[in-house]
Amino acid sequence: MHMADALISPAVGGTMLAVSAGLGAYSAHRIRASGDEKKVPLMGVMGAFVFAAQMINFSIPGTGSSGHIGGGILLAALLGPYAGFLTIASVLIVQALFFADGGLLALGCNVFNMGFLPCFVAYPLVYNVIAGRAPTRGRLIAGATAGSIVGLLLGALGVVLETTASGITELPFATFVLLMLPIHLAIGVAEGLATAAVVLFVWRARPEVVESAGAQRPIGPVPLRPLLVGLGVVALATAGMLSWFASTHPDGLEWSMFRTSGREKLEARQDGVHASAARVQKTTAVLPDYGFPQKEGVAGEAPATGPAGAEPWPAVSAGTSAAGIIGAAMTLLLVLLAGLALRLRARRQTPPQGDVGGKR
Amino acid sequence: MSHLESAALTLGGLDDLARRHSAVHGLDARAKTLAALAFVVTVVSFRKHELSGLLPLALYPVGLIAVGGLPASVLLKRMMLAVPFVLAVGAFNPLLDRAPLVHVGPYAVSGGWVSFASIMVRFALTVMAALVLIATTGFAQVCAALEKLGLPRVFVVQLLFVYRYVFVLVEEAARMVRAHNMRSGGRRRIGLKVFGSFVGQLLLRTLDRADRVYRAMLCRGFDGKVRLADRMEFGLPDGAFVLGCIGFFLLCRFCNLPHALGTAILEVLR
Repeated sequence: MHMADALISPAVGGTMLAVSAGLGAYSAHRIRASGDEKKVPLMGVMGAFVFAAQMINFSIPGTGSSGHIGGGILLAALLGPYAGFLTIASVLIVQALFFADGGLLALGCNVFNMGFLPCFVAYPLVYNVIAGRAPTRGRLIAGATAGSIVGLLLGALGVVLETTASGITELPFATFVLLMLPIHLAIGVAEGLATAAVVLFVWRARPEVVESAGAQRPIGPVPLRPLLVGLGVVALATAGMLSWFASTHPDGLEWSMFRTSGREKLEARQDGVHASAARVQKTTAVLPDYGFPQKEGVAGEAPATGPAGAEPWPAVSAGTSAAGIIGAAMTLLLVLLAGLALRLRARRQTPPQGDVGGKR
Repeated sequence: MSHLESAALTLGGLDDLARRHSAVHGLDARAKTLAALAFVVTVVSFRKHELSGLLPLALYPVGLIAVGGLPASVLLKRMMLAVPFVLAVGAFNPLLDRAPLVHVGPYAVSGGWVSFASIMVRFALTVMAALVLIATTGFAQVCAALEKLGLPRVFVVQLLFVYRYVFVLVEEAARMVRAHNMRSGGRRRIGLKVFGSFVGQLLLRTLDRADRVYRAMLCRGFDGKVRLADRMEFGLPDGAFVLGCIGFFLLCRFCNLPHALGTAILEVLR
């Protein structure tokens, strides 16, 4: 579920990076303000633990395949949403840098999908509500499973939204959703059961860990205001980004009218109430037809006059292709030659050295 | 060798590469981090069907690998492991976008194939940029650079701790898995219940370890405020590197260099 840079656009990547950075700064502030200095080494070691735990595969009963846990709900259950969020974010950064699992620009998206959604949405609204206050065996299993399912489904939805909003892939939203959600529902069930198994073990071995974690945090949703602010920022950003991809083609009503009557709009009556209302609207409309008013004063013109008049997008001609292909081949060759030349020059300047190997 | 042990080797291996000496390794970590981020943003800003314009940007990772003396095969192998998801999503493009876009001789190439190739090129470029950054800079230096560039200190400390302890915990997990394999009579799969105790045990040991680490920090004077050593100097070569890279990226973004080169060649041939 880690998103790669290849599938996102700078607008989506940059926006999500800003959102995740803001959430991270807020979480860091909350942790500092809580004065719990023991959290500092605890978060670090727990991050390493999640990293190692993600590499232990378990066999999923009933199927032949194996799975591993993501850790979002587990961390939130044991450390709280803020520390859990920062810990997941740190694990994702290590994965992106060392294992190329998720891109650099896509870090914002990944931290949001796999950190914010489980820790700030699925954990308080599902797990904590079910199993937070008085954990019993049944409630822990139900809470962990439901929380993981909700967290993974929301994360998968996030991936689909971010990918389709970037516009690099051709997959339509509906198809992508139909592909991703059932798979992640199954993964969510497996991860939920695995998380429940871990929490149950810890609860039986050292019940105070689970119970104190639940008692520290207020039962029910986290304080609403930061959550609402975060969602508001995301909504604004999404609206801004998605509007760039608004189609230039006429909408359904205009299209069917054009096909039946040859006109996209009804002609307005020149007198009476309709005309006066139209005049009022023309003077008050700040953004006629969702765009800036035309300089010539012809406010309210539709940008496209019909399917035949749609702007060509993208514009390519045959003459440019030959030059492009030859140029591309030459460029690759030049880049390789430059690389070899630089390597020879570097080797001549510094003597070859052995690897600094050895056990850690 | 299990998955865990090879992961530990990967982590150590890339960081060992960062300890070599070369012109690239000597550059300031902030310069390299900024250049890598600018590179990724440039690559990602190309439109869906643009392919040839991306190619000159390959000079950045190729150049750094060459000057840094990095083993290209190791990095390429790392890159291959991350291919599946992008390949799966990108493979839908040729299926869904069949309108012909370009004509190569008598053949018409659809827009879907061009955008698919563009996705794979983007993938290769961005992944190599990230791997080259770590292989020439080292994780601790990148964290220090991010802190200077504005990342909250709590988070930087978190990253450094994760990196410090991931080797310890991965080795511990590898020992547990190996012990289980040896005692499980040839059945290497871990069931759900056993997994619960596995990871649960690891978790309890982790909590104890965190407690010991905290007390060790207290013994050494930890008062809640974390201090990081500041050993980085940003000099003229670093500034020149960043500006040169950004200038090159902008040139590649706004002038389609291969196209110009190809047109020039065709002119000469006529």
